[in-house]
Amino acid sequence: MTASSNGPMVKFENVTKRYGALTVLDSLDLEIAANEKVSIIGPSGSGKTTVLRMLMTLERINDGVIHVDGEPLTHMQKNGELVPADERHLRRVRGKIGMVFQHFNLFPHMSALKNCMEAPVNVLGLAKKEAEERAAELLDMVGLGDKKGHYPSQLSGGQQQRVAIARALAMRPKVMLFDEVTSALDPELVGEVLNVIRKLGTEHNLTMLMVTHQMGFAREFSDRVCFFYGGKICEQGKPEELFGNPQQERTRQFLSAVLEAG
Amino acid sequence: MNLRSLAVCAIVFFVAGLSVASFASFREFLPGLLEGALITVEITIGGCILAVVVAVPAALAKMYAPWPLRWLAIAYIEIFRGTSALVQLFWLFFVLPHFGILLEPLSVAILALGLNVGAYGAEVVRGAVSAVGRGQWEATVALNMPRTMALRRIILPQALVAMIPPWGNLFIELLKATALVSLITISDLAFKAQQMNQITFRTLEIFTIVLVFYLAISILITVGMRTLESYAARGLARGR
Amino acid sequence: MKFWDWNYTLEILPALLKASVVTIEATILGFIIAAILGLALAIMRMSENRWISIPTAGFIEFIRSTPILIQIFFVFFVFPEFGIVLPAFVAGVLAIGVHYATYCSEVYRSGLENIPKGQWEASIALNLSPYITFRDVIIPQAIPPVVPALGNYFVALFKETPLLSAVAVLELMQTAKILGSETFRYIEPITLVGVFFLVMSLIAAWLIRRVENFLDRSLRNPGR
Repeated sequence: MTASSNGPMVKFENVTKRYGALTVLDSLDLEIAANEKVSIIGPSGSGKTTVLRMLMTLERINDGVIHVDGEPLTHMQKNGELVPADERHLRRVRGKIGMVFQHFNLFPHMSALKNCMEAPVNVLGLAKKEAEERAAELLDMVGLGDKKGHYPSQLSGGQQQRVAIARALAMRPKVMLFDEVTSALDPELVGEVLNVIRKLGTEHNLTMLMVTHQMGFAREFSDRVCFFYGGKICEQGKPEELFGNPQQERTRQFLSAVLEAG
Repeated sequence: MNLRSLAVCAIVFFVAGLSVASFASFREFLPGLLEGALITVEITIGGCILAVVVAVPAALAKMYAPWPLRWLAIAYIEIFRGTSALVQLFWLFFVLPHFGILLEPLSVAILALGLNVGAYGAEVVRGAVSAVGRGQWEATVALNMPRTMALRRIILPQALVAMIPPWGNLFIELLKATALVSLITISDLAFKAQQMNQITFRTLEIFTIVLVFYLAISILITVGMRTLESYAARGLARGR
Repeated sequence: MKFWDWNYTLEILPALLKASVVTIEATILGFIIAAILGLALAIMRMSENRWISIPTAGFIEFIRSTPILIQIFFVFFVFPEFGIVLPAFVAGVLAIGVHYATYCSEVYRSGLENIPKGQWEASIALNLSPYITFRDVIIPQAIPPVVPALGNYFVALFKETPLLSAVAVLELMQTAKILGSETFRYIEPITLVGVFFLVMSLIAAWLIRRVENFLDRSLRNPGR
């Protein structure tokens, strides 16, 4: 497994994404260091979710290259040239990335435990016993140790999302992506999920990339905040700087609108 | 109609049938009809099994296979849905021997009906699989699962529950279609009805009882499918 | 024996084309019965009077769950016992029409149930009679969404017409059988019949999709 301890963990190099005539991401350059916690904020349509989805290979990019852990993700080396990656290469590098979705996407026909065991057993080839131990441990960590046998329909939104986090962690990724993971939750359930994310940040070596509307959390938790607008990074920096003293006019407008609503 | 009232109906029909059999005058034609009913049930069961066995691969091929297989599946589905069941039955009955395939009429019947209903079934399977939310697929990508594994372990099990009611309707259609085999002289219930009618001329009674027979079997199919559905839904832990 | 004789095929084509007219007549007449009777059944099924709605529901279930063939036999063989003697064509078309009326009634029923309750309430508030309500408010809103489903049943009914051969009506299937029995060559007639049905089904399916698109567009821009 190639691991570069010097370079960035994630690197977007001149990445562009178009949907027909609409350019959603415009020549994006973004570097994220190992174990860095980055929050991405911005109005809808600014391309923030697309950043995560392309990293998770849920969408194909139109231009540029994405690198993960020192090697290209979307492309591969063939005879010294960079060509679009084939399925085998994608599957290998993709394994370093995990994602938690806005609508949880738990498997409804499996219990919480089985949800967390499914991929380790069938994709990583782990023995059932080992996968079960790992899953139980992770469910304990997210505070759902007593709900292992419960099915998603028997769990609240916050509980389901925590299972989703455990499920993604069971694959031991190096990079964790969080796509507006609290936006679909009732307000009183948001806190329990944020607490788990906070715990992850302090107890695990994880590079974390979060698209979020929880400004307070982003301010307190992240190492860096990126404000996206119109498919580009309008402004980025340390939370105290971006929230406290935004340099760009658009950033100011967005922050004041969000604070008014919140 | 809920499960309980359907089951009650089915039982009532069977009890009525049995008590009817105790009438001496009905003994003229009832045994003949029962013989035919047995054949009808045989063909129904055989046809239903074949339909399912054919429909699932056809649907998956139409959705995911490389283009030669996909075109084959599409051709099968369009041809068997676009032509009449009776025409298909006759065609297989008369044409297969020319290819050197000599089958008993009963087997031809099961083959024709199974393929016919299987084509409609393929669309049911396709609809159910497409209806599984995109989020489930995306979760499998996020967990780095290969597509065939995702289909097998995550998508199909969820599609199964949605499939059951439409399949129930298709099975009943197959039951009704078995009456066609009487036209290629297979001694099913419909054939026996005509035969008994020629012998005894008890037209009204015979055809009424025959209709009731079919109704009873179709109610049983409905009851069976509803039970299956509740089993499958429990596996999905739907509705606490 | 040659597998496919093109000369023979051309020979039998005229007879088959004549028979196809009978098939099409049967289809259209059958569907007219199905469409009109189906609407009546749907309205009866939804009646508040349980003496009407429950027997209607029973009738619909009974007809839907039993084979058309038996129903054709019933009309053709049993009705005469009660003094109603119908020629084979009429008996067959009647049976098929009533059978498909039950399917159409379910389609109408779902269309009617999709009308928001507010429409009924507004009609009451305006003191419209039930007849006017149905005629001017409900039916114009209920019918367009269900036209594609009705179209599908039209095609299905078309494919059931070979059943009429069981009572010796000279439609396509019966003609094919007769031609086959004369020369012992069944492959060509039956294949031609199959191809005919396939082509008509594909054309009908295409037409239904056109109607669907047209209705979609006109529903989104009413009055245009």
